Amino acid sequence: MKSTMKNPVIDVKPGTFINGKWHHHTYQIVKKLGHGACGTVYLACTQSQYVALKISHQQASITTEVNVLKALNQVQGARLGPSLMDVDDWQTSTGETLSFYVMEYLKGYELNAFISRKGEEWLGILALQLLDDLDALHQAGWVFGDLKPENLIVIASPPRLRWIDVGGTTRIGRAIKEYTEFYDRGYWGLGSRKAEPGYDLFALAMVMLQVYYPGRFEKGADPVKTLKEKLHQQQMLQKYSPCIERALFGKYKSSKEMKQDLLNHLTTKPKNHGKSVQKRAQPGKHSSPDHYRMLESLGIGLVLLLFSFVFFIFQSL
Amino acid sequence: MRRGTLKQILLITDGCSNQGEDPAAVSSLIREQGITVNVIGVLEDDQSEQPEGLQEVEEIASAGGGVSRIVFAKALSQTVQMVTRQAMTQTIQGVVNQELQEILGSEKSMDDLPPEKRGEVMEVVEELGETCDLEVLVLVDTSASMTKKLPTVKEALEDLSLSLGARPGKNRFAIFSFPGKKRHISRLLSWTPSIQNISSIFPKLTSGGITPTGPALKEALFQFARTPEIKERRTSDEIYYEEPGH
Repeated sequence: MKSTMKNPVIDVKPGTFINGKWHHHTYQIVKKLGHGACGTVYLACTQSQYVALKISHQQASITTEVNVLKALNQVQGARLGPSLMDVDDWQTSTGETLSFYVMEYLKGYELNAFISRKGEEWLGILALQLLDDLDALHQAGWVFGDLKPENLIVIASPPRLRWIDVGGTTRIGRAIKEYTEFYDRGYWGLGSRKAEPGYDLFALAMVMLQVYYPGRFEKGADPVKTLKEKLHQQQMLQKYSPCIERALFGKYKSSKEMKQDLLNHLTTKPKNHGKSVQKRAQPGKHSSPDHYRMLESLGIGLVLLLFSFVFFIFQSL
Repeated sequence: MRRGTLKQILLITDGCSNQGEDPAAVSSLIREQGITVNVIGVLEDDQSEQPEGLQEVEEIASAGGGVSRIVFAKALSQTVQMVTRQAMTQTIQGVVNQELQEILGSEKSMDDLPPEKRGEVMEVVEELGETCDLEVLVLVDTSASMTKKLPTVKEALEDLSLSLGARPGKNRFAIFSFPGKKRHISRLLSWTPSIQNISSIFPKLTSGGITPTGPALKEALFQFARTPEIKERRTSDEIYYEEPGH
């Protein structure tokens, strides 16, 4: 159940025109794209161009997010977050004033959908891209905060990971503004909620983990043990696991350091050639080798049994 | 003008008050003292309908200038921290609005500023929210129906401490439960900078039936008066603002 007081989700019907009180731009709502902690995002149309429009009762949150987007748009050499196009207020027919901002509409795949479509090898590449962007962000004095698949999108040709919701982005040194438990190191007992680069790297590691556990998992009585188990259980994660583990336990000082390490792991030749025949991955589905081994031994057992049967029959003849 | 400490009462309950004065009236009184009252109504995870008694939750919070939410027990951690932060921002915004009125003339508030200017004001509000000192008195309803939810409450409070502990500003927490044995409330944890490992502090069970929310809130108010102000001052980048109600 959501808040019964002021429902954070704002229902604007498709076709509705939103007129800005200050800048007098008009946007026609096309459809709802989703909603975050403090507002609802719509696909809208203005001057035959698609845009994303986030609208909220909470003027303060809108203003804060706009501040973040402005700061991100100023970071040189990287496209961090969608570009900001307009900020305004809208007076509804009921006389209520809602605040909104308009940003570039990024169309693409959700991270997990993209990986299961295009292949597991993309995970490493997208992670490297993300680490580059995080590095630029951290250099500029910010931490992403609420890093999770829902806030990311993969745009096509060439595939590139982009951020679609920067609501959790916090200045380094402050307390993380917004987070999601599963991706929050504080929840796992592995660190504070202070905004520092390591906070994002932990969340990135969890994003990589959840690709293979799309239903996520409970932290259990011993969260650290749970994480280690989940990390080592999944065969497909093995090539990343040293990096993921270091990120989870706060061993990296910067995104750069993690990127270099990940790159090294992805580009070194596998040691045992026999096993390294790459299968096209089916993330999310368990391909457990133990299971196969058991079937194999069962098969051998059955064949032996059959032989001994035949042997007995021959003897008794 | 003096350096402000934000003061809040966080009431966590699952039902309607049935004894003593009207909690909303007490809440208004508390607000007059410059203390905000936030209320969270907790539902059983399998509860499908909202019980009627929980309407009171909103009344108490709005009378107390605070924020209210009604949530399932499992969403408590996120809610506790969200409610606390949102109320802090609201209070600071109220103060900043007052300042704006002094500068820009009457009837001006952030809404009257064009969006471009709001950004700068919001920066100040956020900065204050991070650096101000904060006192939160948690008042937990421990009547029989809450027993099952107490482990979740405990986790949510430890989590709140973790979140607020990441701020540069100072924090102080105290936890009280109601109904108490002899008085309306009983102290579970006296003022402390952080909440950790509090599993043992919740009493096994108090007698069911009575929920004296009003009297409990009133006694909670006195717990602030008795505590000394946080005296320590920061030498660098001090920010002064007036507290509401002064």
